[in-house]
Amino acid sequence: MRFDPRQLLDLIIGDPQADRAVPPTGFTARLTVFTAAAMAFLAVFAMALSMATGRLADRWSEELARTSTLRISAPADQVAAQTRAAIAVLETTPGVAAARALTPDEQRSLLEPWFGPGLPIEALPIPQLVEIIEDGAGYDATGLRARLQAEVPGAVLDDHTRWREPLISAAGRLRSLGWFAILLIGAATAAMITLAAQSALAANAQVIRVMRLVGAEDTYIARAFVRRFTSRAFLGALGGTVIGMIAVAVLPNGDDVGGFLTDLGFRGLGWFWPLCVPPLAAIVAYFATRAAALRTLKEQS
Amino acid sequence: MGGGNNVIELEGVAYSYGGAELFAQLNLSLAPGSFHFLTGPSGAGKTTLLKLCYGELLATSGQVRLFGEDAAALPRDGVAMIRRRIGVVHQDCQFLDHLPLSENVALPLKVAGREDETDGNLDDLLGWVGLKAQANQTPPQLSGGERQRAALARAVIMSPDVIIADEPTGNVDWEMSQRLLTLLVELNKMGKTVLIATHDLNLIRTAKNHVSARVLRLKDRKLQLAGAEL
Ligand SMILES: Nc1ncnc2c1ncn2[C@@H]1O[C@H](COP(=O)(O)OP(=O)(O)O)[C@@H](O)[C@H]1O
Ligand SMILES: [Mg+2]
Repeated sequence: MRFDPRQLLDLIIGDPQADRAVPPTGFTARLTVFTAAAMAFLAVFAMALSMATGRLADRWSEELARTSTLRISAPADQVAAQTRAAIAVLETTPGVAAARALTPDEQRSLLEPWFGPGLPIEALPIPQLVEIIEDGAGYDATGLRARLQAEVPGAVLDDHTRWREPLISAAGRLRSLGWFAILLIGAATAAMITLAAQSALAANAQVIRVMRLVGAEDTYIARAFVRRFTSRAFLGALGGTVIGMIAVAVLPNGDDVGGFLTDLGFRGLGWFWPLCVPPLAAIVAYFATRAAALRTLKEQS
Repeated sequence: MGGGNNVIELEGVAYSYGGAELFAQLNLSLAPGSFHFLTGPSGAGKTTLLKLCYGELLATSGQVRLFGEDAAALPRDGVAMIRRRIGVVHQDCQFLDHLPLSENVALPLKVAGREDETDGNLDDLLGWVGLKAQANQTPPQLSGGERQRAALARAVIMSPDVIIADEPTGNVDWEMSQRLLTLLVELNKMGKTVLIATHDLNLIRTAKNHVSARVLRLKDRKLQLAGAEL
């Protein structure tokens, strides 16, 4: 089926009386509006999910790629010396922008979620952590491990790749799943509207006969149905989108916690995307109904 | 042969609904401005023959030419265009039951994008067929006779070249049938081609006083010119 922009224009502004020829059918109308609303609501959530996981994946890969950790486990009297030695090694390693031992306070705050406040950290055999900040190119982890092994026997290098990569790929996959879900929602909407349009066409066989009798062309008859379903799908989707956006907006906001579930929402220009849902639903309904109507009209002749 | 001038032309036409042929080797030409009656016993195939004449059915053999074009070769929208030049009164007058009578009668204009011509025509026409008072009622609220009158009004509102009516006076009283006939005769005098299927011989006799009508009789699978016995 060819798409003619004039026909779309005609659909929007042309002969608003054309659809009066088709009697209002309460049930299919409500069904279409409801389905479009439900699908739009789901689409908004799928979008929010996609965007949140996208942000998460970006943040993880960006922040974590820049940092790694050196853990120094040594007898208490050697920790300070080994730490100094490790920092000396790191400072001469190409690709390391900065290296710094965490203070006891920082170490305590890292453990606080697990042990609660007031942990006597000095009294515990806790390894000293050294934070490494990489520069653009990063360092050669294998080479650094070899040097550390020779000069700082108690040091273990953790470059975070081990646990970062699966997380990032999971986030990426979740994002594609979100978009895939949106595609599925679109296809399901098209299928549903096709069925509703077909049932409306079948219920109006008599109307179609009369329209034919007085010289109506297929496109004219189809237009009456297409207008109906397009506007129903648009209005339903608009309602569903607004409700979905409100639901996303009132989700608890937990930037301080920074978790994924509390970050499910739209940011800045991201709020623009859900607004595309109602027009998209209208376009889907337009083509689905038009195809169904022209096919049915051809079969009925 | 000059046949191209005829608005409707059937040549060696046969039709069957799947079983035996209703008629075969049938010829008919309607010259522009002519007035024809089609009679015959019930079940002879009058309605079927009319449907061939406005392209609702396609002949199973032979050729039907509408305004010089082979009906079987018309594209889909071509059929729609032909329908706008032929006003039809169906035997089982069909309407859009959810719309008021006035909109039903004006439907052909609306469908053709000529709604602007509605205003003047509609009132006159509803007056002619005596349905002014019923203009805002829906078809199911009307009597059979009122529906037939409405169907006639709808058939002629486009001022079509040809008017085909299937038993248009079947359900109306004598006085109203005279009025409807007068409307058809007036349209014929304006140059419209008229073809009416009816078994109302009184109507035919009256018509013959006002217009030179030819009477065709469909019987025993053949179409014959009737005359003397009327
Ligand atoms: N749609 C149809 N399918 C099968 N047979 C039909 C159909 N319409 C009419 N017929 C048959 O064709 C014959 C002629 O019908 P019709 O043209 O309506 O005759 P008339 O109008 O002269 O009474 C009848 O025997 C009728 O039963
Ligand atoms: Mg009949």
